[in-house]
Amino acid sequence: MDLSFVAIQALSGLASASSLFITACGLTLVFGVTRIVNFAHGSLYMVGAFTAATLVPWLLEFSFGPVSFWAGILLSAMIVGLLGVVIEVLLLRRIYGAPELFQLLATFGVVLVLQDLVVQVFGPQDILGPRAPGLRAPVEILGRRFPSYELVLIAAGPVVLGAVWWLLRRTRFGILVRAATQDRDMVAALGVNQALLFTGTLFLGAFLAGLGGALQIPRVAANTGMDLSIIAECFVVTVVGGMGSVPGAFLAALIIGQLQAFGILIFPKSTLIVVFLLMALVLAVRPSGFFGRPEILASGHAVGIVSRRPTPYGRMLAAIVLACLAALPLLGDAYLLKVATEILVFALFAFSLQLLIGVGGLVSFGHAAFFGLGAYGSALAVRWLGAPMEAALPAGLVLSGLGAALIGAFVVRLSGIYLAMMTLAAAQILYAVAFQWVEVTGGDNGIVGIWPSAWAAPRDAYYWLTLILTAATVFVLTRVIDSPFGYTLRAARDSESRAEAIGIAVRQQRWLAFVLAGAAAGIAGSLYAFSRGSVDPSLLGIPTSVDALTMLLLGGIQTIAGPLVGSAVLHTMRDQVMPVTALWRLVLGSSIIAMVLIFPRGLVGTIRYWREDRA
Amino acid sequence: MAMMSMTRRLILGLALATAAPAAWAQTAPIKIGELNSYAKWAAFTVPYRDGWRMALDEINAKGGVLGRKIEVLSRDDGSTTGDTTRVADELVTREGVSLLFGSFLSNIGVAMADYANQKKIVYIAAEPLTDAITMAQGNPYTYRIRPNNFMQVGMLVEQAKASGAKRWAIVAPNYEYGQSAAEVFKRLIKERVPGAEIVAEQYPALGKIEAGATVSALEQAKPDGIFNVTFGPDLTQFVREGNTRGLFEKKTVLSLLTGEPEWLLPLKDEVPEGWTVTGYPWDEITDPKHRAFIEAYRARYNDTPRLGSLLGYMVMYMIRDTIERAGSTDTAAIMKALEDAKFDTVAGPVTMRGIDNQSSMGAWVGKLKLKGAAGGMSDWKYIDGTTYMPTEAQVKAVRKD
Amino acid sequence: MSLLSVQALSKAFGGVVAARNVSFQVERGEMLALIGPNGAGKSTVFNMIGGQLRPDGGSVSLNDKAITLASPGERFRLGIGRTFQVAQAFQSMTVGENVQMALISRSGENHSAWTPARDRHRAEARDLLELVGMHEAFERPCSELAYGDVKRVELAVALAGDPRLLLMDEPTAGMALRERAALMELTHSIATSRGIGVLFTEHDMDVVFGHASRILVLLRGEIIATGTPAEVRGNARVRQAYLGDLPLTAAAP
Repeated sequence: MDLSFVAIQALSGLASASSLFITACGLTLVFGVTRIVNFAHGSLYMVGAFTAATLVPWLLEFSFGPVSFWAGILLSAMIVGLLGVVIEVLLLRRIYGAPELFQLLATFGVVLVLQDLVVQVFGPQDILGPRAPGLRAPVEILGRRFPSYELVLIAAGPVVLGAVWWLLRRTRFGILVRAATQDRDMVAALGVNQALLFTGTLFLGAFLAGLGGALQIPRVAANTGMDLSIIAECFVVTVVGGMGSVPGAFLAALIIGQLQAFGILIFPKSTLIVVFLLMALVLAVRPSGFFGRPEILASGHAVGIVSRRPTPYGRMLAAIVLACLAALPLLGDAYLLKVATEILVFALFAFSLQLLIGVGGLVSFGHAAFFGLGAYGSALAVRWLGAPMEAALPAGLVLSGLGAALIGAFVVRLSGIYLAMMTLAAAQILYAVAFQWVEVTGGDNGIVGIWPSAWAAPRDAYYWLTLILTAATVFVLTRVIDSPFGYTLRAARDSESRAEAIGIAVRQQRWLAFVLAGAAAGIAGSLYAFSRGSVDPSLLGIPTSVDALTMLLLGGIQTIAGPLVGSAVLHTMRDQVMPVTALWRLVLGSSIIAMVLIFPRGLVGTIRYWREDRA
Repeated sequence: MAMMSMTRRLILGLALATAAPAAWAQTAPIKIGELNSYAKWAAFTVPYRDGWRMALDEINAKGGVLGRKIEVLSRDDGSTTGDTTRVADELVTREGVSLLFGSFLSNIGVAMADYANQKKIVYIAAEPLTDAITMAQGNPYTYRIRPNNFMQVGMLVEQAKASGAKRWAIVAPNYEYGQSAAEVFKRLIKERVPGAEIVAEQYPALGKIEAGATVSALEQAKPDGIFNVTFGPDLTQFVREGNTRGLFEKKTVLSLLTGEPEWLLPLKDEVPEGWTVTGYPWDEITDPKHRAFIEAYRARYNDTPRLGSLLGYMVMYMIRDTIERAGSTDTAAIMKALEDAKFDTVAGPVTMRGIDNQSSMGAWVGKLKLKGAAGGMSDWKYIDGTTYMPTEAQVKAVRKD
Repeated sequence: MSLLSVQALSKAFGGVVAARNVSFQVERGEMLALIGPNGAGKSTVFNMIGGQLRPDGGSVSLNDKAITLASPGERFRLGIGRTFQVAQAFQSMTVGENVQMALISRSGENHSAWTPARDRHRAEARDLLELVGMHEAFERPCSELAYGDVKRVELAVALAGDPRLLLMDEPTAGMALRERAALMELTHSIATSRGIGVLFTEHDMDVVFGHASRILVLLRGEIIATGTPAEVRGNARVRQAYLGDLPLTAAAP
């Protein structure tokens, strides 16, 4: 490895760092003022790239030259800034006071909506933008050619940092933004027009996201996958730097850029893992990142399960539903059984998450990790050990339980938004492992040929097997929720300091909850793997985690039956809607947003609310 | 009371859901299932859909087949192996389709082949290229139309012989298709070009290439030949970065699929001239039957055809012919009709070889050339697949059936 | 041997000294009030005794057993019960369950994960709630209670651990006047009948001078006076520091 190579590699790292910083800076500013982690920030980046890749060539036709190019980039960023304003006015300002879970889900709804809208507006093609006029020729550095545009990018990072610094220090808007980042209530009390301040911040944040995306067009084709890949990296940058800290984001972006540039040489396949490991390590040592301040948790804010007197109706209803479900193979056709099997699997998946969120108040945004571990545990046992289904199912359970024990050990030290980010990171690490460790996991190919043993292969047999395992696990979990252990989790959720003061070892209990929930999700994952015959990394992906959250939200977070009903409704809806429209994500995304805004109790919660209201 | 009405609603809902479509009369359309990555890989799959739709309309306008119209139920496969079998299962068990066709990504194709074998239904892989589908993971229910990696790489390596390049570097997406193509290339280049060696291999994740790092890693190995398997956005970034840093200068480059308009168009004027590629030079094809298809396609969609358009069009007609010959939509009859079947397609005669269910469709091989503001192919010829197919012994050595 | 012995406790937050060399004792059955103007360091001292804060220096011992570095949970098991300035009840549970939860924890059943929690220690929970006059609300959700009632439930929860020492941070904050006296009288009678030492902070001087057996005055992290209410009332330094020039009697309505 000679010097010139190292130099070029370092410069490439700087260029990526710059681009990453510009985008992440917007995310961290928005968080600082509004306390919302905007999942849709990556989508704004994507819109910026698509807009610029469409707009700039059009401008270049009028007059070819640097002015058109750079004006096009800025104009695109402005357009995205306005889009940010629209999102703020229509959605964000309605959820500033909502629990984090709802905020994350609602903004993820925007991600889904924008994914489909981008395809509708810009077409399905990936669009590579034109090169910047005057910057086509490479420059020679230590005898090697280096793209001159990358040098511009390297400069752009510090320029944006300087501009943001100036804006924050030298303008009235900036002073307000900084004040709001320090103490939002105080700024409100001083009579500042908050609505305007928040809208302005969103404009700035979205502008930076759009700028980040627009600057990419000469080197990266605008494509529909860029939203989730950039948002994951932005999360890492903001969390590592400390949420709300602009210099922190800059430092974190620099480190990550270099880590990627040189990581690729040492571990050519582990770039994703390295980045997320950095985040896990930093959070383990500094739970608030480099320059972040610990969050002040508002107590009594948690939403979740509350005590209610057990009624005989509840048990009767459960028995009736179970009997109906058991009788389903006698009347349903093969396809209905298949859908029912999947509903049961997702019901168990969502229910296991309920133990963490509804009971423990731990907003896990990476529950797919355990679902995927269960699925992969089984699949790997089949693939490498030739295990039959009877042995592979427990293997999935064990792997997911162990994974949950390990992840949980890191996660229970954190709280609130950092906890959500950490679980997300954990799931992303596992995703990266499954994706990049091709020799063992098959990478993108996944592992195929995971079919049940002969006795369970008929659809009705497999359905019954799933029903028995799901019902048994749900039963055990409901007992756990009602048991002293479940109560300690709720106690810690309601008031951590009170729980500690009466001798509850909060972290330990939460860790146990992670293991339990992880293992239960693992059972669901294993069952899922055998029901469809294959596993692939998407089982560990963000959308899978969001699926579970959506089911929970749809059914009602405050209820025990909520996730079960939620999964049935969502999966049936998906089954009916997906085949007839290409806009499934638009439908799903708008539904999520609508639920958060007008229906936060969920189905079961609302029904109960009506009944109690009438009573 | 409230409870009662809720239970009743539940039962009602269940009853509604179970009311699956009843059996149709003989005159009802023949249902065929189709699934592909329409959202994620629209560049290829949407023209492909336009292609089979055009064929479908033509077929149905002439009365369909066996006196029945053909109805294609098309779905997005979600671009993951899991979703694809789920969607396939929906098509088979709920819609009761007679056979399945489609797929774009090779790993999806492999999962579909596995599914077809498990559920004993015919699956015609239109696009996926990995050898596994007709070789190691092959099974009696799975058929493939396009020339597989072994065939296309074979054609390219043939062209490489004259170049004299010995130090080869490989860049391929890290999933089934890329892995399979790289493996075949390594085998064939050593077999057919004496003294050839592989000096660098880069496997960026599909859709996530770090072009700068990949290019400098390849540069570092100082190859005199490069074998490229990347496509889509990865390819565009790789080419641009490679052009900037002069990676392709004075080197022989062999590239799979890069001559296909779906991947050439996004490159615009940065087409790397001189690459030896497989592709589709639709603008220079003169065969009257093929030309007629191209003109009809352009008239109907007001767009130029892609290779996907041609493939979709061909596959639909081959399915029609098969059903007609089978005389029914019974799986066994369809399989019988497909065995060593000969088809007269717009691209020329094609045989579905019985021992591995691989068709003999060929590929257009030529060099990339900038034509105006976009790329195209020059010095091309259509090479029939027959002579490039794996030998019977090779097939028997790896197939498990 | 004193019940609680605090020796030379110190704590600083980034250069700001919140407690310096604080030493005092709490005896069994005694009601010791810790007072001082805002920012005097009351909460800091309190949280170091409760285990929420780790001191920079000094020691805390309960019944001669050093607990300086013990976690809140360990202190609970050793016999420290506490209430918070802003009442911290388990809002999602019923009144009864709040107390049951503490009883479950005291009995070491936190890991029991099968039989329902709501069936455990009901009678004892009812007794404790009866003690604070809340037994009729046993099945009511805690979230429905008036603030004063929550404070009483909190007291029952704190008593559930069978504490030797009760830490009460602003026990009457947010309560109506009549309720305040009632709560403090209740606390006093429980403390004397059970031999529990009570350490409390309080803003309401009526409560302090009406119910404390002894008073500790904190100023800028240091103890400036100790004594019976009468002694403290007469202390010139306290009057000077705490009330400026106003005679204390004028402060009371």
